[in-house]
Amino acid sequence: MHQFTWLIPVLPLLGFILIGVLNKRLPVNLSGGIASAAVLLSFLLSLAVFREVQLHTAVPERIVLFEWITAGDLQIDFSFLIDRLSSIMLLVVTGVGTLIHIYSIGYMKHEPDHARFFSYLNLFIFFMLLLVMGSNYIVMFAGWEGVGLCSYLLIGFWFKNTEYNNAAKKAFIMNRIGDLGFLLGVFLIFLTFGSVSFKEVFEGARSFSSNDPAITAICILLFIGAMGKSAQIPLYTWLPDAMAGPTPVSALIHAATMVTAGIYMVVRSNVLYSLSPYASEIVAIIGLATAFFAATIGLKQNDIKKVLAYSTVSQLGYMFVALGVGAYDTALFHVITHAFFKALLFLGAGSVIHAMSGEQDIRRMGGLKPSLPVTHFTFLIGTLAIAGLPPFAGFFSKDEILAVTHGHSLTMFAILSVTSVMTAVYMFRLYWLVFYGDFRGTEHQKSHVHESPSSMTIPLIVLAALSTLGGFIGMPEIFHAPHVLKEFLAPVIWKSPEHTASHSFEYMLIGVSLVALLVIMYLTWTTYVKRKVLPEEEEAIPSGLPRLLSNKYYVDEIYNTLITRPLDRLSAFANKYIETGVIDHLVNSTGKSLSGFSGVLRYVQTGNIGGYIFSMVIGILLILVLTLIV
Amino acid sequence: MLTLALLLLPLLASLGTFMLRREAVKVYALISSAIQFGLTAYVLCLFTGDAGEQFQFNFPWVEALGISLHMGLDGISILLVALTNVLVPLIILSSFRNNYSHPAAFYGLILFMQFALVGVFAALDGFLFYIFWELALIPIWFICLLWGGADRVRITLKFFIYTLTGSLLMLVGLILIYLQTPAPHSFSIEALYQASLTAEMQGWLFWCFFIAFAIKIPVFPLHTWQPDTYTDAPAQGSMLLSGIMLKMGIYGIIRWMLPVLPEGIAQWGEVAMMLCATGIVYASCLAIVQKDFKRLIAYSSIAHVGLITAGVFTLTISGLQGSMVQMLAHGVNVTGLFFIADIIQRRMKTREMSELGGLANNTPLFTILFMIVLLGSVALPLTNGFVGEFLLLNGVYQYSAWLAAVCGLTIILGAVYMFRAYQKVMLGEAHERSVEFTGLANSEKAVLIIIAFLILAGGIYPKPILTIAQPALEEVLLQIQDIY
Amino acid sequence: MNSILNHVPIEYYLGLAAILFTIGVLGVLFRRNAIIIFMCIELMLNAVNLLLTAFSTLHGDAGGQVMVFFIMAVAAAEVAVGLAILVMIYNNVRTVDINVMNKLKW
Repeated sequence: MHQFTWLIPVLPLLGFILIGVLNKRLPVNLSGGIASAAVLLSFLLSLAVFREVQLHTAVPERIVLFEWITAGDLQIDFSFLIDRLSSIMLLVVTGVGTLIHIYSIGYMKHEPDHARFFSYLNLFIFFMLLLVMGSNYIVMFAGWEGVGLCSYLLIGFWFKNTEYNNAAKKAFIMNRIGDLGFLLGVFLIFLTFGSVSFKEVFEGARSFSSNDPAITAICILLFIGAMGKSAQIPLYTWLPDAMAGPTPVSALIHAATMVTAGIYMVVRSNVLYSLSPYASEIVAIIGLATAFFAATIGLKQNDIKKVLAYSTVSQLGYMFVALGVGAYDTALFHVITHAFFKALLFLGAGSVIHAMSGEQDIRRMGGLKPSLPVTHFTFLIGTLAIAGLPPFAGFFSKDEILAVTHGHSLTMFAILSVTSVMTAVYMFRLYWLVFYGDFRGTEHQKSHVHESPSSMTIPLIVLAALSTLGGFIGMPEIFHAPHVLKEFLAPVIWKSPEHTASHSFEYMLIGVSLVALLVIMYLTWTTYVKRKVLPEEEEAIPSGLPRLLSNKYYVDEIYNTLITRPLDRLSAFANKYIETGVIDHLVNSTGKSLSGFSGVLRYVQTGNIGGYIFSMVIGILLILVLTLIV
Repeated sequence: MLTLALLLLPLLASLGTFMLRREAVKVYALISSAIQFGLTAYVLCLFTGDAGEQFQFNFPWVEALGISLHMGLDGISILLVALTNVLVPLIILSSFRNNYSHPAAFYGLILFMQFALVGVFAALDGFLFYIFWELALIPIWFICLLWGGADRVRITLKFFIYTLTGSLLMLVGLILIYLQTPAPHSFSIEALYQASLTAEMQGWLFWCFFIAFAIKIPVFPLHTWQPDTYTDAPAQGSMLLSGIMLKMGIYGIIRWMLPVLPEGIAQWGEVAMMLCATGIVYASCLAIVQKDFKRLIAYSSIAHVGLITAGVFTLTISGLQGSMVQMLAHGVNVTGLFFIADIIQRRMKTREMSELGGLANNTPLFTILFMIVLLGSVALPLTNGFVGEFLLLNGVYQYSAWLAAVCGLTIILGAVYMFRAYQKVMLGEAHERSVEFTGLANSEKAVLIIIAFLILAGGIYPKPILTIAQPALEEVLLQIQDIY
Repeated sequence: MNSILNHVPIEYYLGLAAILFTIGVLGVLFRRNAIIIFMCIELMLNAVNLLLTAFSTLHGDAGGQVMVFFIMAVAAAEVAVGLAILVMIYNNVRTVDINVMNKLKW
């Protein structure tokens, strides 16, 4: 099987090239078809690889394609690592990727530039697979930056719109800030271990003592990279803006796969993070802060995609909390379930937007349940899953995170619980406002409301099924079922914290969350459906906390004032004054003073030939006399 | 002997241009440079990795002064000769849509330039190196002066005098070293390696050479001739200058400074690196606020070569390998960028980015090719720029982590100015004038596609470059260690 | 050979050459006509030639006389070029007065 493994990323790449070359000559079904087929084939191959890994090999399999970069001791192969961690991520990426590709065929039907869209989408899958499969930090970084590029291309897909272009650029640049951290981390890894290959680094790291400064520095630097890619404080603001891209893109890149790259990277480097409790604590704190603040912002957003975007940021924060407390498998568990339900929610949102002729404001929606039965039903499942209602997928993973956090720190547990309450609140707020109540859009929109074509609803149904059942791969201990995922991942996780939560605590957690959820459902129902409370228009938002939340804590504005504008001003100042006024002035004045000096001397040249001859004779005589004297 | 053939072919070709009629000159120049490229490819095939200087020839010239016509190719020089001979045909081809007056002179000068550049990279005699170094200045000066923009006279004069001043310092330095070589004095490179120089003297000599090279490269703060010249020169002039000629300076540091003045570098290398790091950030910031696209490329070039120079001074194999790869990568990328600027300017009659925009609407191929060149320039993995920048930053990191963090800002700032420029030029709504921007001519397609191919090939499989350069660079480092 | 010097001692040659040279120098300094200046330069050259031959005879070394031929050849070339320039100048400005030819200043 392994001789075909390299095809997994290559197939989407071929799809990208094929669609890119044929471009507009392809009809939409064909361009989408080729793209989907490429990813589907990758998925099937991944499935085979997964089976193989599951059955035979606990030993990681390294596949070297060619030597990539060599310089002295630095040997970087272009090689893939197929172990339990990457094989499971392969499934998630190609699986969810296939569904979203198929969905896009319906979603992008009326887009004239669909070939470009699908080629970018395939390119994205290629880079994402590179990221997941890389067997060293550099191949991973290649994928890491590559997905950033695709994210740029797809956010700015409709490149005539300046705002979208700005969002795309912002995403790329913010990612690049993180990437610098990542890269510096890699340099330090090379300096410390003399290699950048996972195998050698992790084997080398085992002999280091806990909290070794080098390891801590590596972990923090790598985490800066993860902050950029996985949208954590302070580098998260690009993700909500990234919603400018087509909705399938938001689902695939900005919810299910790319943004979880940071978590994948930390799980991959779990040996390093286990060795550095300091760095892990930082990871946990930043994750916690992100989860909390993003959730508060999510409470006040009115754009259906923005709500989901902030919820993604918040959920990513959850995962980092899990990483920070050392529960790497739990974090990955949440990555998987989150990929299912968040992709589902985004695609559902896409279906709603599609039906509403492009409207994204939930204040202009409402009462869509009868006209969009499939979308409604699947969206409901997604909402229940993210809110954490048993037995939907989100419940298990989220519960596990809460449980491990409880074992780590009570404060963190408390904050995280509040966050999960807020999650449920904004999700049900969204759900009620979109599907219940009266229709609040225009007449024109009303006449157009329709259920999406089957190419869009089938992926929804599949994802809904996954969101319902996906959680059973990681059942809590009290159900006496095996935690399939944990066992599967055991060989790649170096040190797992002992499961500290007691059974009684587990029962309590389940009970409390169930009750809390029902209460929230009821309260939000009374508010948004029974009393028909609508979120205020922008002007009417009362000042104070609501306004602060609705304006996202003014973080963008703060960044603008503190970083962007000073940089621009400083550059303009340097351009205007330092460059021409100081540096070039020095150069020019050297030249000027020289020509000034010769300007004085030139008056010696009278042009009078007699004078020249006379001075020549005098000169010769002088030389003669001088030589005679000396 | 093959080196001699590589050297003389462009010289003869350049003399030949004067015997041709106007229309035929373009094609003639292209063919002769293509033959030169073929010859280079042949030489590359014959080249064996770790055999030191190869294809040497050594004729006595001025025996009394120990000057000889001694040339040869090792891993470092052959790569730069290859860069020259790959880029010159592309540069010639890129001019096919321009109708320059006096084409015979124009192409003759380009070919003459090629001759001088090959000479610089292959010379193994200090005096010969100096001769070619100066010889290269003459054709490019004429190219900029005769076919440049409005303010060309003032700007080219400044450029000429600035670089000439630096060269004179180098000449002084060369002669000083020459006088310390074991008797009978000689300019040959081995003799220069053996010159007995006190540490203090090396300190002075360091500045003689560094200033000469730093002006050519250019390194902050000796860079102010560069943006003006690049902006005002004809596109092909900018390509020659930035694509190939500035590599003379970096090559000079690797070949003529590191092994000759190790103690000078021990004393002042850190200062040089500080200058480079400052230059990277400074030039990147300035690139952000430029309004003229060509000027932006000029400043971005300062930032890039600043990093290359910093990498050289790390004296690590990673930094040196990075500088080799990045020299080639930067040569290809910046040629592509200047060509793109030229394509846009020829059609839109402006380079002001505020007046451009929406070009992506009608030209999918151009958009993709521009994107690839841009990605190479911002060092995205799997493009040639990444390999270079990664190795360079890795080298700098081994030298000093903080310096690497500062130099690494180029990753962020590079993305800022490049993507801003791309957005302003290509994206957005098409307006009246950009609608007229239609597809590319065949010659333009050919050039950009070849460049895009080189960018991707260099990023995906840089191994041949690294393998060729490795032994020669190790040799350089070895020489430094010997003296320590 | 030395018999010639027996008849006319070397001091006489020295004196004559010095007088000729001085006449040449003074002529160059005080005359304004370019042709006359030219002739005076020739006079100086020939004064040197005379010395060279005289000393070559005195020392019995033919090198000095070789030098004389050199000078004569150079002088001939110089006359050819110089006179051509003068003719061109005369054609243009109708004079060979050096005080008029002062355009090459500052």
